Amino acid sequence: MSCRAFDRMLPGAALIGFMIGWEVLVRLAQIPHYTLPAPSLIAQTLWTHAGSLAGSWWFTLKVTFSALILAMAGGVLLASVFALWRPLERAFFPLAVMLQVTPVVAVAPLILIYVDSTTVALLLCTWVAAFFPILSNTLIGLRATDAGHRDLFHLYRATPWQRLRLLLVPTALPYFVAGLKISGGLSLIGAVTAEMVAGAAGRETGLASRILEASFRTETPKMFAALALLAFTGVAIFWLFDRLSRALLHHWH
Amino acid sequence: MPDALISLTAIDKIFASGIRALQSVSMSIAPGEFVSLLGPSGCGKSTVLRLVAGLDAPTAGRIEAPAWRDPAHALTAFVFQDATLLPWADVFDNVWLPLRLAGVSRQQAASRVEALLAQMGLTEFAHARPAALSGGMRMRVAIARARVADPEVLLMDEPFAALDEITRQRLNADLLAGWQAAPMAVMFVTHSVFEAAFLSQRVIVMGARPGRVVDTVTIDEPYPRSSAFRTSPKYADICRHLSSALEAAMAGSAA
Repeated sequence: MSCRAFDRMLPGAALIGFMIGWEVLVRLAQIPHYTLPAPSLIAQTLWTHAGSLAGSWWFTLKVTFSALILAMAGGVLLASVFALWRPLERAFFPLAVMLQVTPVVAVAPLILIYVDSTTVALLLCTWVAAFFPILSNTLIGLRATDAGHRDLFHLYRATPWQRLRLLLVPTALPYFVAGLKISGGLSLIGAVTAEMVAGAAGRETGLASRILEASFRTETPKMFAALALLAFTGVAIFWLFDRLSRALLHHWH
Repeated sequence: MPDALISLTAIDKIFASGIRALQSVSMSIAPGEFVSLLGPSGCGKSTVLRLVAGLDAPTAGRIEAPAWRDPAHALTAFVFQDATLLPWADVFDNVWLPLRLAGVSRQQAASRVEALLAQMGLTEFAHARPAALSGGMRMRVAIARARVADPEVLLMDEPFAALDEITRQRLNADLLAGWQAAPMAVMFVTHSVFEAAFLSQRVIVMGARPGRVVDTVTIDEPYPRSSAFRTSPKYADICRHLSSALEAAMAGSAA
């Protein structure tokens, strides 16, 4: 086996090895399933509860991506406004920092009081968790234009629109994408955290509610099944944005 | 000079930091003339170019130049010390940029851009990104970009300073060939006596602290100048003259 092929298979092999070790440990030590279920039982639980888990997964996914799209729009919009007018940045950037450093878990109960619709409250919490990396990265990107490029565009009498399209956007793009990669993960965390706080109220609920439910009933395998889905989703989101970043930037960045 | 394309009269430039970059600098350049600005670092050569380009304003004095006379049109091209290509755009798009900013579509620009790429030996690199090119190649792209819109004035700020001697000589020859094919006023900043002597019709020698004009040397050698000119006694004389002028300028500034 070539060195590169080995290198590629290493993460997968490690994961499989970990699972096998887990399975063997649980069986040999006869650990009860309500303490630690074996991977085979988690897989089985995933299958038997596929219906309810898939519905919850879909709901969590919807909240995550809706909030992420809003975070992109809000982050880019705020960054553009701040970049255009510095006093506005000086006035409101600290507020954005405050919003960012306050844990979502702590803000969520308040938001739930003020907003009637749980879905809107969840979106708002997730947005708060996700928008900051996009805002701050895009802002840095918009300010990162090369002095020589600025001279060039000035020399050739570029219009503001040309400057935006041909200089600012391409310069800021790598920064924006880096922010997006962070925000993608944060929005999933935000969506789950907010739902944990909101509790399992209402019919439309996500994976966090399934985990809470299962924990009340000591259905440990189901908790693990929901966790596995969340982990998989997180990895998938990271992979998606990593791919996007390469597709957009590979030829020059 | 009544028919000057560019004229600077008693220019002072003091930066916000308080540094006096230029003191009472006057010079004029005729249409189609090739002039070098030669001087030690810190003598304000680059500042002169930025003023002519309209990228900076003088503290005192008068400037007449296309960039100041006609702010609506880009008649001035600038080749910076660094190639300043857009890293996300390929070679074709980089050369197209000045025309694109003037509202010329890709199709309309294609024949002009392709002709220049061919002249600069860049045809096969048309779709390469700048990162994939050598320093010399990147500078060729920058020169093609500067020439694409047929400027009246071409300003070059030590464009070949970072290149090796062989690449530099080839680019010098190519630059002269391009200038002869489509004459434009060239202001070429350099700290190399040899480069200034080989390229120019006239060399303006500047001194530092504060930047000022100390000497002007006319070189009446006809073009095209072959590499044989580099080994001629006349060339050696000119270089000697320029060197001593440069030394005098530096001695003066040290005092």
